[in-house]
Amino acid sequence: MPSICFYFQVHQPKRLRRYTIFDINQSHFYESDEANSSIMRKVAYKCYLPTNELMLELIKKYNGAFRISYAVSGVAIEQMKRFSPETLDSFKRLADTGCVEFINETYYHSLAFLYSKEEWKRQVQQHNELMRQEFGQAPTTFRNTELIYHNEVAKAAEELGFKTILAEGADKILGWRSSNFVYEPVNCNNIKLLLKNYQLSDDIAFRFSNRGWASYPLTAEKFSNWVHEVDGNGETINLFMDYETFGEHQWEDTGIFKFLYALPEHILRNPSFNFKTPSEVADSYPVRDKVDVPYYVSWADTERDLTAWKGNYLQDDALEAIFSLEEKVYRTGNDELIQTYRALTTSDHFYYMCTKWFADGDVHKYFNPYESPYEAYINYQNVLKDFTQTVEKELMVQVA
Amino acid sequence: MYGWEFPPFISGGLGVACYDLTKALSAYGEEITFVLPTMKGKDVDISHLNLLDSNEIRVPEIINKSKSKDISYEDFIEKINLIGIESALKPYITEKSYQEFLERLNESKTITDTIDIDEATETNFYNFSISGDYGPNLISEVFRYAFVAGSVAAEVEHEVIHAHDWLTFLAGVEAKRISGKPLICHVHALETDRSGVSVNQQIYEIEKRGLEAADQIIAVSYLTKNSIVNYYGINPDKISVVHNAVSKKKSTQRNDSVRKDPDEKIILFLGRITFQKGPDYFLEAAAKVLKKYPKARFVLAGSGDMVNRLIERTAELKIGRNVHFTGFLKRPEVEEIFASSDVYVMPSVSEPFGISCLEAILYDVPVVISKQSGAAEVLQSALKVDFWDTDELANKILNILNHEALRKELQSQAAEELKHIQWEKSAKHVIEVYDAVKNASDNKALCA
Repeated sequence: MPSICFYFQVHQPKRLRRYTIFDINQSHFYESDEANSSIMRKVAYKCYLPTNELMLELIKKYNGAFRISYAVSGVAIEQMKRFSPETLDSFKRLADTGCVEFINETYYHSLAFLYSKEEWKRQVQQHNELMRQEFGQAPTTFRNTELIYHNEVAKAAEELGFKTILAEGADKILGWRSSNFVYEPVNCNNIKLLLKNYQLSDDIAFRFSNRGWASYPLTAEKFSNWVHEVDGNGETINLFMDYETFGEHQWEDTGIFKFLYALPEHILRNPSFNFKTPSEVADSYPVRDKVDVPYYVSWADTERDLTAWKGNYLQDDALEAIFSLEEKVYRTGNDELIQTYRALTTSDHFYYMCTKWFADGDVHKYFNPYESPYEAYINYQNVLKDFTQTVEKELMVQVA
Repeated sequence: MYGWEFPPFISGGLGVACYDLTKALSAYGEEITFVLPTMKGKDVDISHLNLLDSNEIRVPEIINKSKSKDISYEDFIEKINLIGIESALKPYITEKSYQEFLERLNESKTITDTIDIDEATETNFYNFSISGDYGPNLISEVFRYAFVAGSVAAEVEHEVIHAHDWLTFLAGVEAKRISGKPLICHVHALETDRSGVSVNQQIYEIEKRGLEAADQIIAVSYLTKNSIVNYYGINPDKISVVHNAVSKKKSTQRNDSVRKDPDEKIILFLGRITFQKGPDYFLEAAAKVLKKYPKARFVLAGSGDMVNRLIERTAELKIGRNVHFTGFLKRPEVEEIFASSDVYVMPSVSEPFGISCLEAILYDVPVVISKQSGAAEVLQSALKVDFWDTDELANKILNILNHEALRKELQSQAAEELKHIQWEKSAKHVIEVYDAVKNASDNKALCA
């Protein structure tokens, strides 16, 4: 009895304002309220509000048989509260249905795991509290930022008590094996691994409106037929994608909402299929094999590795600079400085510094508020310089 | 092909571009006769045609030193037919400098009367040519040169006429009148770039006449294409954009020995010290950088009509100790200064292309260029600013000085990018333009 397991990533970074070297010591305000509010409102209008509405309708219509999951970053929720409270309300209504699982991640959608396990734990904990507070759920499923995964991530999540973890079903992990089964991370006994079916996920997320694609146009019926082919040789079809797929990456006029609305009906036509959330999938199916991932994978770009955030001179320098401040920041005990520090670990800051222009450049450019990766680096370093001085001043005051 | 200058007599980007372009064209098998104004021949013959023997041309040091596998300068020179026309014209000439030149020729008096272009008929040309003297003023010399140089078209077999910038446009027009072959005007810079609002109307008219007579125009950037359309009223369909490039050789290795102290950084401006190149913005940004990075040194390499004003401004800003004016640099000195710089800044107010920033990249120097430059259209691995935004220029210079990671990423990405900005590619594009105008003119002949 195979299941469809939907997971949607909901994240909006807190973008920095234009901050030049001449702002250092003059202003300690780093965020661009203007950009952040206009983007949050735009995405809420095009995606979050209509898609949430549609999901609520489907959940009602299928009487609990349609089930989905979300990971909503803490920084996204902070911005919903400020700029689009009705969006947060509609997520709460979804939580109230009992058909929606909220997944734990780092509050700041950060790269902390790569540099500081302690900081990572704190940010996971902070997000865990937020999920309880906003949605009344204690998450048992964990998903690291942008599906960044490694044996060590699974081990650390298991130690925190998580029962399920999500990752990219990259070919290099699976080899000949299929993503359509439940796996167990090597060296773990109490946590199960769900791997993204990137073929079917990307058919919706990336190819849906591509007129050059042989299967264009994609209908709910066609997609369901592909899903039904799994019957007999798979137990879970993990469809993981950005929530902004609906209405923002794929605009309404592509027919994406009609597709989504019709999908459950076509999937459920085959009575052996159902919808389950990640923790339900983990509970329902046995582990079929162990998976060993002694290197980092993610869901980004064609490389499915860390090079969207890390690896060029700009990114490595900026990452080392921020994480090297950790000890000093916590020594101040100043809560405001700690929150600022954490916000500067958000992965997007480093994504903007990516110089892989020629192959994956288009996607990076689309999501980049800066004219170039160099501008992103310069702005970030200027902010960091001011923040470093502020932290150092605070420590001096405390000593005196 | 009509140009202004050819190695070893090179004073600016246009000469470099002409040399590299002809070299790449000739590698594709194009046969080129290159006509240029020259003062080499002391005995002016009646026809004013002065065929230079290739042995007379001194091989410049730069090329001698390079051990590249490219075709050698000597081989290349043999492949093209170089024709020098006795004339007092030289690159970047102005009426003032032309008059100074005439004075140096011990003219008894300075003739300043100008001629009206519309009245400059063929009779005028004829008179100039048989007189054997230089024209009494710059514009008349341009007309005289055009007539003589244009007449080469009657002597040398050719399929396409290719003229570079305003000094040679009229020669191209004259050649087209004689042979009826299609004319391509190649625009490296316009009077509107050089002079901003105080445009020399006569030069502007000459440009316009050339552009209108051309069968096809090659612009070195979309920026320039837009200017040609907007300021000269030319149909955009007639304009092809072929970006400049850079040839791969460099002769000098990085040299940090000029620094007294490793924290000392050299920020370079190289170009004519004129309105067009924006040296004044460079200076204002320098003052802002020095407040935060006192060990920076700013070098302005070049000469031009703004030097005195800028020296005064330097004193006023009290930054004289960190600002150096070198005057005009010869080629080997240019290479040396590139090799010792930490940042290259091209703050041009209006820069059709700006090959110098590509040269800086050859020497691994991170570059900051103005968004008002053609190079900004092809180069991603550069920091870009609006020329007037001196705060932002200072912000970017300071970040390059402060962050090694930024320098390294710019260096490695720019080096990678430069591999794709090559003259072979540009020459191929120029040949496509040649083929298109040849076909169009053949069709016209068939119809007639």
